[in-house]
Amino acid sequence: MSINLNNICKQFGAFTALDNINLDIPEGELVALLGPSGCGKTTLLRIIAGLEQADTGDVFLKGDNVTDKPVKSRQIGFVFQHYALFRHMTVFENVAFGLRVKPRRSRPNNEFITKKVHALLELVQLDWLNDRYPDQLSGGQRQRIALARALAVEPSVLLLDEPFGALDASVRKDLRMWLRNLHHDLNVTSIFVTHDQEEAMEVASQVVVLNHGRIEQQGSPSEIYDYPANAFVSRFIGQTNVFDLAEHDSDWLQTAGLLTPNQAGKIAHVRPHDIVIQKSTTENTAPATVKDWQHLGALIRLELVKNGNNESSAPVYAEMPNDQFKELELNRGDKVDLKIRQAHWFH
Amino acid sequence: MPQSNIMPGFRPAIGLTLVYLALIVLIPLSAMLLKALQLSFDEYLAIMTNQRVLASFRVSFGSALIAAAFAVVFGFIIAWTLVRYSFPGKRLFDSLIDLPFALPTAVAGIVLATIYEPHGWIGKLVFDSMSIQIAYKPLGIVFALIFIGLPFVVRTIEPVLQELDTAMEEAAASLGATRLQTFFKVILPNILPATITGFALAFARGVGEYGSVIFIAGNMPYISEVLPLLIITKLEQYEYAGATAIGMTMLILSFLLLLLINGLQWWVRRRSGQL
Repeated sequence: MSINLNNICKQFGAFTALDNINLDIPEGELVALLGPSGCGKTTLLRIIAGLEQADTGDVFLKGDNVTDKPVKSRQIGFVFQHYALFRHMTVFENVAFGLRVKPRRSRPNNEFITKKVHALLELVQLDWLNDRYPDQLSGGQRQRIALARALAVEPSVLLLDEPFGALDASVRKDLRMWLRNLHHDLNVTSIFVTHDQEEAMEVASQVVVLNHGRIEQQGSPSEIYDYPANAFVSRFIGQTNVFDLAEHDSDWLQTAGLLTPNQAGKIAHVRPHDIVIQKSTTENTAPATVKDWQHLGALIRLELVKNGNNESSAPVYAEMPNDQFKELELNRGDKVDLKIRQAHWFH
Repeated sequence: MPQSNIMPGFRPAIGLTLVYLALIVLIPLSAMLLKALQLSFDEYLAIMTNQRVLASFRVSFGSALIAAAFAVVFGFIIAWTLVRYSFPGKRLFDSLIDLPFALPTAVAGIVLATIYEPHGWIGKLVFDSMSIQIAYKPLGIVFALIFIGLPFVVRTIEPVLQELDTAMEEAAASLGATRLQTFFKVILPNILPATITGFALAFARGVGEYGSVIFIAGNMPYISEVLPLLIITKLEQYEYAGATAIGMTMLILSFLLLLLINGLQWWVRRRSGQL
């Protein structure tokens, strides 16, 4: 295990930021700490780094209890949301900083530093910017420099706080894949914080979902998506339709083709792509009406209105591939039959 | 010519600037220069090499430099305290900083002299314990000038410290830097230009300071007589040319020093990528 957290608690005044967190992260993983804003994910990352102290609990890095160690002796690399580059230093000096501040005994000579910094800058593909100042770089470039700077001290753990949070959409997409590949090459245990579930699913090998200072679920992206541990995770990861049996959805669900609810729960979560749509042959008893649709690239998202006694309730979303949608030749106002392939039941 | 600036008015703005500069700065200064030119070079040299005048130059510029240096150190600590920590009464403390700006300097001088004289509250303590006399000595001048110069330093460093991203310090620590290294390699380079500006302002103000100094200085010729006082003395004796000669020399010396400080600042900014 590379990172272990035991019973971490943190209060800010009356607000409980972290409530008894236990977490084990194996060597070499790329982990996403995912959750809505205010869930405590950044606080947790800062506690691992030593930038914040937990009220109770212990932090172990590579088996060493580092709870009382200051950040500078924890051997971590930290990448900040807003880069935190040293604005009075060139890109080269920024990356060299970690090597230059080493104690005299272990400080490498200038030749070594120069070689190493250029190697790192080549790794992040920005060696040609080595004599610029941070103010002269774009956001994506700055973040890559910040990463190179963190890697210069060969950290045993790399921690990234919303690394793509301040970047625009297209740069974000590129950097995500780039980070994944970089992690694949370097294989250093890494944790990044994000509130974007898509980003977590795309980049991470393990996802830890946090809410209200607690861990809701930890697992691989597909585990989290296919087997959400609870209603929060199911709703937070991907889109989901929520049917509450207590609110007259029971009858409707039966006509819509979902089998009699098992006794596992009272709330059904159905992914949009688990709803199969057909043009209705029995207009009067059809469960839903097409209200509108949106193009999501390869997929079409249909917005359906439930027919029957609860027409004012929330719309149902269904997704299908583009070509299938074209075959159906649906129009707004068409009545449709539904088949729900599977649902997750929660209490 | 089509206007592309949102805010128009280059011509009236530069016109006003030039008129202001002429009326308030350039014309009085050239009048002074003209007056000083009434002296022949030998007469000028005789006035300037007078031992008493030279001593005054040493006192004025020396104490202004020392006071500005102290003001920079204390001012930085105060600005740091105000920006980084919160404590009860902070806002009150914050507004107290500006008081030397508002206070008539003569009042400040009298108060300082009363407190620091050998029988004053603090002066007595210091005199009894270390037998150092503050008031009526050159040391008194330095004290008064620190008092006058401090707000300049605090108010120039404060906004820069406020803007300084604390994440930079966290980044330095995460890279293994000690606190000293973080201060000297990360914080100091970022606030150095503002610190130099604060130093220059405190120094410039100190060289010309009259009101607060004369009450605490003791005004002993050759020892604690500042230049502004010497000028007043000369004026009272109707030595107008002599007074303007000293004034002119002071002006040129100050100007050269400020130019040097500005050059230093330019060099610091350039070296740290802020230009």
